[in-house]
Amino acid sequence: MHIVDGALSNPVVIAGAVAAAGGIAMGLRSLDLERIPTAGVLSASFFVASLIHVPLGPSSVHLILNGLAGLLLGWAAFPALFVGLLLQAVFFGFGGLTVLGINTLNIALPAVLAWMLLGRLIGGGSPVSGAVWAAIGGALATAGTTALVALSLALSGDEFLTAAKFVFFAHLPVIVIEALLTGFAVLLARKVKPELFATARGVPA
Amino acid sequence: MAHALGHDEKTLAKVGAVGGQALIGALDPRIRIALACLFGIVTVALTTIPALVAALAVALGLLSVSRLPPGRTLKRMALMDGFILVMLVLLPFSVPGDAIFTLWGFPASWQGLWRAIEIGLTANAAILALMVLVGSMEPVMMGHALHKMRCPEMLVHLLMFTIRYIEVLREEYLRLRAAMKVRGFRPGTNWHTYRSFGYLVGMMLVRAMERSERILDAMKCRGFSGRILLMQEFALTRRDHIFAGAICVLCIGLLALDLAWR
Repeated sequence: MHIVDGALSNPVVIAGAVAAAGGIAMGLRSLDLERIPTAGVLSASFFVASLIHVPLGPSSVHLILNGLAGLLLGWAAFPALFVGLLLQAVFFGFGGLTVLGINTLNIALPAVLAWMLLGRLIGGGSPVSGAVWAAIGGALATAGTTALVALSLALSGDEFLTAAKFVFFAHLPVIVIEALLTGFAVLLARKVKPELFATARGVPA
Repeated sequence: MAHALGHDEKTLAKVGAVGGQALIGALDPRIRIALACLFGIVTVALTTIPALVAALAVALGLLSVSRLPPGRTLKRMALMDGFILVMLVLLPFSVPGDAIFTLWGFPASWQGLWRAIEIGLTANAAILALMVLVGSMEPVMMGHALHKMRCPEMLVHLLMFTIRYIEVLREEYLRLRAAMKVRGFRPGTNWHTYRSFGYLVGMMLVRAMERSERILDAMKCRGFSGRILLMQEFALTRRDHIFAGAICVLCIGLLALDLAWR
């Protein structure tokens, strides 16, 4: 899902950076001293989760889990995912420098949207209904990211239309896997630690 | 990305683990971050192949005066290339222009090929310079330098926590995976696998939350007030100025070469 330096047109890169900065600012405002450790450790968890490779037919895909990050962190998903992307670029050479903004936007914006739409439903009701909503949230967030990546490519020039379509269709199975894993992760968390989804966002349990 | 990590390899370098003072390692971290950004922006601005080849040469030159192991660094760079290869291979077929050859009725164009080479060179030069200039410092040092460069304090906190806990959580992940393996879990494309991985992620998150509660208690106990205390003061030396000047001259040279060739 990473876009590299040099592929996108300047307006797309600049608009992405500005929008990502706005999202990060919103996320930082939603954090306070008490929540720094929670957000920090979750940010590290999502970095580690992105290292997990899940088998898919003869190949394997790595997880994004941005939907889960959004559902747990709300707006704070923006800075948390940005930090992950920054570390990936600097220490692993994945992604790029000038595209950090647009990459953050593509991954974090659908996460925040999923949280806005479904955030309340995850913690309420039975664990199974929470898990089903979480699966829908996971699917929406990954689909949103795929669509945004395809859109940033398509907006950068007609020559990327083929690649944009390819990115979208190649990721359809990934969307299904993300949905399943997000759902099961929430199912387990709801059963083991029901207050997780309340405390993670700073609402008293 | 997990391919980039060997089995015993740490995710991020530990504090004090990076030894040796090569030329780049002795420079002020703030200068290195600023120059990596400058070089990245200049590289993205270049449009001609000769200028981009020169930019990649500059990045390789920087690699040779850094303390990063060249083999592993280039391998990581090559892994990224594998990642973007699909997009680059599609480009000759999607850009209209003079045909080189036709594959299954789709003509590949020279223009598209050049565009693909251009993107490949840009991406590699920018990311290599970033890894050499910034990636060669201790991760914690990067956090401190960013703090000194007026990054929002809360963002630096998040960064430092992520740096601190990535390795801890990865070890926990490997432990859980080992426990699954001992119980005969073999991943495949099936419902059981996806459910097990989902529970694995859920368990990691539950443990992470519990860990963060303990961390908060421990931090409060030591009077944490949200201020970031620096372990050392940064100071610009003559060497920093000379290096920064040299990189600026190289950047101007690259832009001039780009203009001349166009």
